[in-house]
Amino acid sequence: MSLFSLMWANLFRKRTRTTLTLLSVMVAFLLFMLLQSIADAFAVGPQIAGNDRIVVGAKYSQIDNLPYSQKQQIMAVEGVEAITHTTWFGGMYQDGKSFFAQFPVMPLEYFEVYSELMLEPADALQRFARERGSAVIDIGLVDRFGWQVGDVVPLISQIYSKKEDGSRTFEFEIVGTYSDNGRSSSFPVMLFHYERFRESVAFGGDSVSQWTVRVSEPDRADEIAQEIDALFENSSDPTRTTTEDESNREFARQLGDMGFITTMIMSAVFFTIVLLTGNTMTQALRERIPELAVLKTLGFTDMTVSLLVLGEAVLLCLVGGAIGVGMAFLLGPGLSVSLEEVLGSFEIAPQAALTGVGLSLVIGLVIGALPAITAKRLAIVDALRRQ
Amino acid sequence: MSAAVTCRNLEKQYTKGKEVVPVLTGINLEIEEGDFVALMGPSGSGKTTLLNLIGGLDHPTGGEIEVGGVDLNDMNGRELAKWRSEHVGFIFQFYNLLPVLNAQRNVELPLLLTKLSRKQRAKNAGTALEIVGLADRAKHKPSELSGGQQQRVAIARALVADPSLLVCDEPTGDLDRETADEILGLLQTLNQEYGKTIIMVTHDPLAAERARHVLHMDKGKLVTDAGVEV
Ligand SMILES: Nc1ncnc2c1ncn2[C@@H]1O[C@H](COP(=O)(O)OP(=O)(O)OP(=O)(O)O)[C@@H](O)[C@H]1O
Ligand SMILES: [Mg+2]
Repeated sequence: MSLFSLMWANLFRKRTRTTLTLLSVMVAFLLFMLLQSIADAFAVGPQIAGNDRIVVGAKYSQIDNLPYSQKQQIMAVEGVEAITHTTWFGGMYQDGKSFFAQFPVMPLEYFEVYSELMLEPADALQRFARERGSAVIDIGLVDRFGWQVGDVVPLISQIYSKKEDGSRTFEFEIVGTYSDNGRSSSFPVMLFHYERFRESVAFGGDSVSQWTVRVSEPDRADEIAQEIDALFENSSDPTRTTTEDESNREFARQLGDMGFITTMIMSAVFFTIVLLTGNTMTQALRERIPELAVLKTLGFTDMTVSLLVLGEAVLLCLVGGAIGVGMAFLLGPGLSVSLEEVLGSFEIAPQAALTGVGLSLVIGLVIGALPAITAKRLAIVDALRRQ
Repeated sequence: MSAAVTCRNLEKQYTKGKEVVPVLTGINLEIEEGDFVALMGPSGSGKTTLLNLIGGLDHPTGGEIEVGGVDLNDMNGRELAKWRSEHVGFIFQFYNLLPVLNAQRNVELPLLLTKLSRKQRAKNAGTALEIVGLADRAKHKPSELSGGQQQRVAIARALVADPSLLVCDEPTGDLDRETADEILGLLQTLNQEYGKTIIMVTHDPLAAERARHVLHMDKGKLVTDAGVEV
C-alpha cells in the first residue's frame, strides 16, 4: 500500500457519489473539448492573404446582383491590376441535404487574382479555361464528397434554369482541385466556367454577385475603393467596395465573438462544476473528520493529511477530465462528418487536450483547497470527541 | 525500573469564549515501564484528557509531562506527530479503522511513515495480525468484521510500529462481556509477554481487575480508592 492507494481507496468510499461526480466532470470536459475544437475550426478559416485585393458588392444588399457591364469601367480605374467576379449559383447536390457554394468564374482571371491558389493536376487550369462544361473544386470538397477528377456532378440550381428546356439540373465535369498550400478553405467552393453559365441560363446570365479586384499599390486600396464606388454612385447599380483586409477584420471580429461565446459557456459550466463538486467534497470531508483525526493520531502530519485531501480532489478531476477528453477523441470522427458541412474542417484539437488536462488540474486544486485547509487545521482531540 | 510516564502538577484547561474550564487541576503521576494501569472515574472527570496528554495528542496548559524519558512540553506539532508514530499505540472505544481499507492495509497504515520497504511493511502488518489472531481476516474490510475483530485489528495497528506505550480509551466499552474478556486477555498478553506499558481508561471494574494498578480520577484530580486526593 502507498499514500496514493490510500487516496484512490478514499475516492471510492461512496461509489454512487463518486460516479456521479466523475460523470459531471467528464461531461464538462467533453463539452469543453467540442466547443474548443469548434472555435478552433472557425479560427483556421480562410486566411486568404492579400491586402492587395478589394471586393466590390452591391451597395444595399448582399443578394443584389451587379451587371457584368461594370467590368470595363472598373478595369479603367487607375491602379486596378486584375479583376475577377463570382456569382451565387445556389446549386444543391443530392436533395439539398449537402450544401456548398458554387460560383461561375472566368478561369484565368480568377486564378490570376487569387494567385496563391494552386491547381492540380498540372493541366487543370488549361482544361478549366478550355472546356466549358468543366469545374474545379476546393480540396475540402474532395474530402467531403469523395469526388475525383473525371467525375460528373449534377447540381440543381435554386436560382437559375436552363434556356433550352427550363430544367434546373446542370452537370459539371471535375477537371481539377485547388488549395492554398495544401489547405482547404473553411468555405470550400466549386468553380465552373462563366461562359457556360452565361450561355445556358434562361435569364440573369450577366449577373455578378461580387467583383474582386487586385490593385497594384496596396497602400492606395482605400482610395481606389472610393473611386470605384464613385463611378456607380448615381447608376442603377450602386456599389460598396471594401478592402479584403477590412472583410478579414470583420471576419476576425466574428471569430473573436465565437471565442468569447465559447469562453462564456465554459466559464459557466466550470463554475457549476466547481460549486457542485466542491460541495460534494466538503460534505464528504465532514463524514471523514474522525478518520482524518485518526491519521493524525497515528503520526501523519497536518501537511500530509492536508495534501491527501487535496490529492483526492485533484485525482477525481484529473480522472474525470481525462475520460472526458478521451471521449471527445472517440466521438470526434463521428461528429466531424456532420460538422464539416458547416465548418469546413473539424478536428478534435490535440492542444485542446493539453489545455483540458491542465484545466482539470486547476479545478481539482480549487475544489480541494477548502477541504485541504479544513483538514490541516483539524485538532485531533476535538475531532475525536465529535464522533 | 525507570518511569514510562511522569506528570508533575499537570494542568489542562479549555477556554470557551471568556470562560475558562479547568479540566485537569494538578496531576502528579508516575507510571513505570512495563506497568498495566487502569484509569477509572466518573464521566467528565478528565480521563480522556489525561490520556490524550500522555499520548502527545494535546498540549498541557501547565505543569510538566515526560513520557519515555522525553519532555513533551517543548515539542511542536510536527515533532509530536513523529514521536507518536514511533513511541505510542492508540486504541479507541469505537476502533476507528478506516472503512475503505481492509484489515491488512489498516494495520499497515502507520508503517507508511517509516522507511520500511513495501515488502517489509506488508510482512510486519501480517505479523501484527497474527499476534492478535486475525491473520485469516487480512483481506476483510472493517464492515465485514465483528466489533471484537475490529478491535483486534485496531490493536494490531497500535502494535505494528512496535511502540513501548499503548494508550487505550475504553477499549471494551462497546463490546459484550465475552468479547471484552478476550480483548482484555490480549492486552494482558501484550503487557506480560511483549513488555508493553499500557494505560487503559475504563468504566468496567472487571476490566480494571486485569490491570496491575488502578488509578481513580475525580473532578480533574487523581484520588485514592476512598476518594481522597493523592
Ligand atoms: N475541547 C473542550 N472544550 C471545552 N471543554 C472540554 C473540551 N474537551 C473536554 N472538555 C471538558 O473536559 C471535561 C473532561 O472531559 P474528558 O473527556 O476528559 O472526560 P472523561 O473522564 O473522559 O469522561 P467520559 O468517561 O465521559 O469519557 C468534561 O467536562 C468536558 O466537557
Ligand atoms: Mg473519555
